[in-house]
Amino acid sequence: MTDIIIAGIGQTDVGEHWDIGLRELAFTAIEAALQDAGGLKPQAMYVGNMLAPNLSHQSHLGALLADFAGLTGIEAATLEAAGASGGAALRQGYLAVKSGLVDVALVVGVEKMTDQVGAGVEEALATAADSDFESVQGLTPSAQAALLMQRYMFEYNVPANGFAGFALTAHANGAGNPHAMFRKAIKPETYQKAEPITPPLNMFDAAPNADGAAALVLTRRDLLPADWPASRPLVKVAASANASDTLALHDRKDPLFFEAVYLATRRAIKQAGITLDQIDFLEYHDAFSIYAALSLESGGFAIRGAGWKMAAEGRISLTSNLPCVTMGGLKARGFAGGATGVYQAVEATTQLRGLAGACQVKDARVGMIQSLGGPASTAVVHILTRL
Amino acid sequence: MTTPTSSPSLLKPSRPVGFIGYGAYVPRYRLPAREVARVWTGGRVAGLPVKEKAVPGFDEDVITMSIEAAKNALARAGISPTELRAVWIGSESHPYAVKPSSTVVAEAIGASANIQAGDWEFACKAGTEAIVAAMGFVGSKMADYALVIGMDTAQGKPGDALEYTAAAGGAAYIIGPAENALVIINASYSYVTDTPDFWRREYQKYPEHGVRFTGEPAYFHHITTSAKTLMETLGVTAKDYKWAVFHQPNTKFPQRAAQMLGFTPEQIAPGLLVPVIGNTYSGSSILGLTAILDIAQPGDRILLASFGSGAGSDAFDLTVTDRITERQGKALKTQDYIARRTEIDYAIYARMRGIITMK
Amino acid sequence: MEIPRHWRLKQQRYALMGEVCPHCDAKIFPPRDVCPECKSEAKTPYAFSGRGEVYSYTTIYEAPSGYDANAPYTVALVKLNEGPMITAQLTDVDAAEVQIGMPVEMVTRKMRDDGDERGMIVYGYKFRPAVAA
Repeated sequence: MTDIIIAGIGQTDVGEHWDIGLRELAFTAIEAALQDAGGLKPQAMYVGNMLAPNLSHQSHLGALLADFAGLTGIEAATLEAAGASGGAALRQGYLAVKSGLVDVALVVGVEKMTDQVGAGVEEALATAADSDFESVQGLTPSAQAALLMQRYMFEYNVPANGFAGFALTAHANGAGNPHAMFRKAIKPETYQKAEPITPPLNMFDAAPNADGAAALVLTRRDLLPADWPASRPLVKVAASANASDTLALHDRKDPLFFEAVYLATRRAIKQAGITLDQIDFLEYHDAFSIYAALSLESGGFAIRGAGWKMAAEGRISLTSNLPCVTMGGLKARGFAGGATGVYQAVEATTQLRGLAGACQVKDARVGMIQSLGGPASTAVVHILTRL
Repeated sequence: MTTPTSSPSLLKPSRPVGFIGYGAYVPRYRLPAREVARVWTGGRVAGLPVKEKAVPGFDEDVITMSIEAAKNALARAGISPTELRAVWIGSESHPYAVKPSSTVVAEAIGASANIQAGDWEFACKAGTEAIVAAMGFVGSKMADYALVIGMDTAQGKPGDALEYTAAAGGAAYIIGPAENALVIINASYSYVTDTPDFWRREYQKYPEHGVRFTGEPAYFHHITTSAKTLMETLGVTAKDYKWAVFHQPNTKFPQRAAQMLGFTPEQIAPGLLVPVIGNTYSGSSILGLTAILDIAQPGDRILLASFGSGAGSDAFDLTVTDRITERQGKALKTQDYIARRTEIDYAIYARMRGIITMK
Repeated sequence: MEIPRHWRLKQQRYALMGEVCPHCDAKIFPPRDVCPECKSEAKTPYAFSGRGEVYSYTTIYEAPSGYDANAPYTVALVKLNEGPMITAQLTDVDAAEVQIGMPVEMVTRKMRDDGDERGMIVYGYKFRPAVAA
């Protein structure tokens, strides 16, 4: 079986880029990835984006970005799975190259959350939920997370501030990531005194909306350029899986279990031929701290009701057995919508190449990334390994 | 002022009809009159017309309130909503100027499509106007069951005398054949003239009223004429009735009308709701009637006289049957709604009523 | 103007009209024609009683556009007595009074304007603390 290699990576800083539009933002990441890939020419581009048609009144991003990147003529299309759009685009690139029908695939995630301001943004974010039966009630994504967090704290007797560990870890790690939106560690008191947003969530339980673009180039091992330096670690996509659950939170058989994360994680570790304890680091989708806890539990890294304790007890730090959100996660990196899944892959590749600097996980060889749409109505899981 | 020159005939349908179900609705919020006084008159509390009034919540309107009152009426009637052949709502505050409130209400309560469903307007007597029409509709055997609702979320002009009392609430009645009825409608009589005591022009937010002209030439003349004509033609006096209920724009007017017609304060007491919920306009007299029916005994005879500005009064002679006792408890009682009370201040009221300029 | 979408859903919104599975008797809301329990065809209409209890709740302060009229408002996951769970705003209740397990009942209220004050009024279900009749 031929290995699918991530030959090149690129990313922009994550932040509020008032002065940069969709096409320029994407191109910055694309250009960096193509350069990093040493001159490989893509035949296909898959875009991960969730809100451009809504916020920027711009759909049809495949054609737009191929055009702007000087790649007119190649195959191009957008994948949309709410917050998992980036993960879905990555999977599409993987499938294309793995099938043998595409030699080099460019995967780019891009999001311009700031192209609109005000209540229209909440309305746009709410399109990821069930429009007819959730959003019509004025439900927002943070309200969905709050409903889960409220119930979780009730069922497992979680003390106030029990979720602080997730934000503390994310910010501590984000401090070492030059591209992250927030690059300063925070103190426990900061979490405790934080403004409540959608009770019981406070400001630090939710990743901030931001703009960003990340890109990577996928190809088969045998197609790597001849001048590929032997010393440069090869990172391969060892597994790729996408699973769905009911869209509406109220339709879940067991709301406090992310079935899609469970299924996609199972499928991925089976494909990669590994066990969970062989995973050296995990990039979960911490759009909300409760999703981090539930991802740990549903993925099998913690027992039900104990996910929050892993974070509280420091068992997700860079020096722990399972470093998580090693470069800041959604919380400190910033939530760049559909670009997230690609950022996760770019960061995981950086870890596996040993180039993560202050964020480096020692001897990282196997990384798992999880990209979620909504409350894991979609879960896309990839395992990247260092060859 | 015109008075009937000869004895007009009373309205009695070909077959006897009555109310086979009744239901009330009052929203939970209350604005004390002293709050209005605090904002507009420096807190002058002497002579306030009511203690407090009912205010609709942010998500309520005549349609939502009518749905609940109608469901209460259906619960007491024990019929399927598919048996209704008319859903008629009388109001001064229909949510749409064009598109009948009744269509949404009919759909929401599970009525069939085989219905009449227009909106009715005659100021505060829009509901009783529709009751008279339902008497004819059912009494002529065109149909067996008609649902009539009088409901309002009255608009009070800020700082105006009527702001103390303009309230929200109302009642629903199902009219059907007398043999199933909880209350038989023996007869009715309506007295209508062109009297401009209170009106609202199209595109105006608030009504205008004739201040003292709304009393003698309007409210008192029409209500006493309709009630007297009804009673005299039937050959009865106030003593022949157990209860009476009148349109209630404030506390004093119905008390005085009762006195003029020979009724005692005890006879109007259970139906006199205005001091604690305000003037519910199209809901007023018929909501008062629901409070009476909640405590009525079989055989009780009741006089109801509504008043609608513009102007007119519908008077009804009613007798409670023995079917009432087992039906009273089948839905929330009017006093239950009145007891469900959350006090608000003028600022919250202003936000709720949309009188803060947003655009 | 999103008239057709709201109009199509009026039975669900006004009357909690769902389905019952003729094979396994599972109650289904909203209707989806295939039973989520036994996966067989389920198209028999079923009207829910509107009674249930609060499974979880939260309060929204930053409302999406069109919902600011009554912000802040509380939304809940309500477990209907017949089995299904739905998402709904709570009304006629102060945020501080809400508790997990609280019995609630359906009422029909204004959800929003479709667009602005010139658009149709969208009515739908909300839940309030159950009042004993």
